[in-house]
Amino acid sequence: MARLLSFAMFVAIWWIASLFAGDAKLPPPPTVLTAMIAEARSGNLFFHLGATLARVTLAFTLAMALGTAIGYLMGRVRLADRLGDPWLILLLNLPALVAIVLAYIWAGLTEVAAIAAIAINKLPTAVVTLREGARALDAALDEMATVFALPRWSRFRHVILPQLSPYIAAAARSGLSLVWKIVLVAELLGRPNGVGFEIGVAFQLFDIPLLLAYSLSFAAVVLLIETLLVQPFEARSSRWRPRAA
Amino acid sequence: MRLEVEIASKTFKSAAGEQHDVIAGVAFALNAGEVGVLVGPSGCGKSTMLRILAGLDPDFQGRVSRPAGARIGFVFQEPRLLPWRSVEENVRLAAPLADEPKLSALFEILELKAHRNHFPGELSLGLARRVALARAFAVEPEFLILDEPLASLDAALASRLRDEIAMLIDGRSVMTLLVTHDVDDAVRLGDRVILLSPRPARVLADLPIRTPRGARGEVEIAAIKSEIMRRIDGCPTKQGGS
Repeated sequence: MARLLSFAMFVAIWWIASLFAGDAKLPPPPTVLTAMIAEARSGNLFFHLGATLARVTLAFTLAMALGTAIGYLMGRVRLADRLGDPWLILLLNLPALVAIVLAYIWAGLTEVAAIAAIAINKLPTAVVTLREGARALDAALDEMATVFALPRWSRFRHVILPQLSPYIAAAARSGLSLVWKIVLVAELLGRPNGVGFEIGVAFQLFDIPLLLAYSLSFAAVVLLIETLLVQPFEARSSRWRPRAA
Repeated sequence: MRLEVEIASKTFKSAAGEQHDVIAGVAFALNAGEVGVLVGPSGCGKSTMLRILAGLDPDFQGRVSRPAGARIGFVFQEPRLLPWRSVEENVRLAAPLADEPKLSALFEILELKAHRNHFPGELSLGLARRVALARAFAVEPEFLILDEPLASLDAALASRLRDEIAMLIDGRSVMTLLVTHDVDDAVRLGDRVILLSPRPARVLADLPIRTPRGARGEVEIAAIKSEIMRRIDGCPTKQGGS
């Protein structure tokens, strides 16, 4: 209910603002909706959204898997931490644009280059978060698992993973928003499809309804994934915690 | 199954870099089915010793011999349950081979029947201890280690839990090592009482109790207790603190 109200307020503010700014700069909601429906009818909207989503899924999965493994290693093994730390600081501060442009130069304007560039941008934040998680692992529970001779898999699944899951959820949440932002830049610079490509086209044609149609559809997909995937996962992984008021 | 312990010394390095002697010569042996009780003042290194005996701390001078691969049941001073798993899952994870009748019997004795599906965060300390006990007994241990299982419980609760522990131990004749600072618990539960000095720990006395646990009368218990107190007071470094 509160969410609906919040959405209605967004539309209202947009409509009022468009009255002041004029149709040319900020078209009112119905114009954008018409553009959106036209794009959906032609199938373009879903094709480009799909392309972007596929890139996001691949880059996100790759970065999370690698980031979790590297972060865990760095949190548990001192040598790995000392070796990896300078690289981590370099990657953390590498501007997204530099990674994308270099990837396109070195690997050509290919899908692999785009996904690798996006994953590289997200990787260091996942590593940093998971490293903190691995450092915070409870030594007392480790001892308990050793004494009771828990098998490796059971130890990983029931002792270590639940302790890491809040960190994994945090890395996923912040990483996802980072990936959403970067994927469009990568598409704008070197892909023939995807939401970023379409926004680039709309920008060159100064087609503002089209630009907004794609931006908002994209935002809707992000919101949907956030509510249907990320939040339930977070709720599940903290189910055992005594509820805060 | 026999446990032989000869720890010549164990030192700790504090965060400030100073050396602390925790154990300075502890030797004793424990036979199969025997309940040994380590009694000593708080902070005398009892818990450190248990970690060594359980194989968690290899960094000490001396020798500990126990059959390799013996199943150990350990009740830590803090219950050390997995907060994200239910009571039943906590027990089953440690003892995957335990069958349902055995678990229900354990939960029955330890009064946990109503709490099987609760999470540890929803339990009182007394109940969490019982879960830790259930976990340790569920693995059918060959060597059972109990670290202050009755500490920080009120007197009535402690005495009830003590009776439950006695019942569980009597039912299976498992080699047990119990650590406590309470002489009364020691005399009521142990077959052999090993008195430790304040830190760094040494053995002050090794006193076997011949009468079986169930047959000890109040008079006899009082006599053994006064004997133990005499030994403790007789030692050159007086028992400090508790």
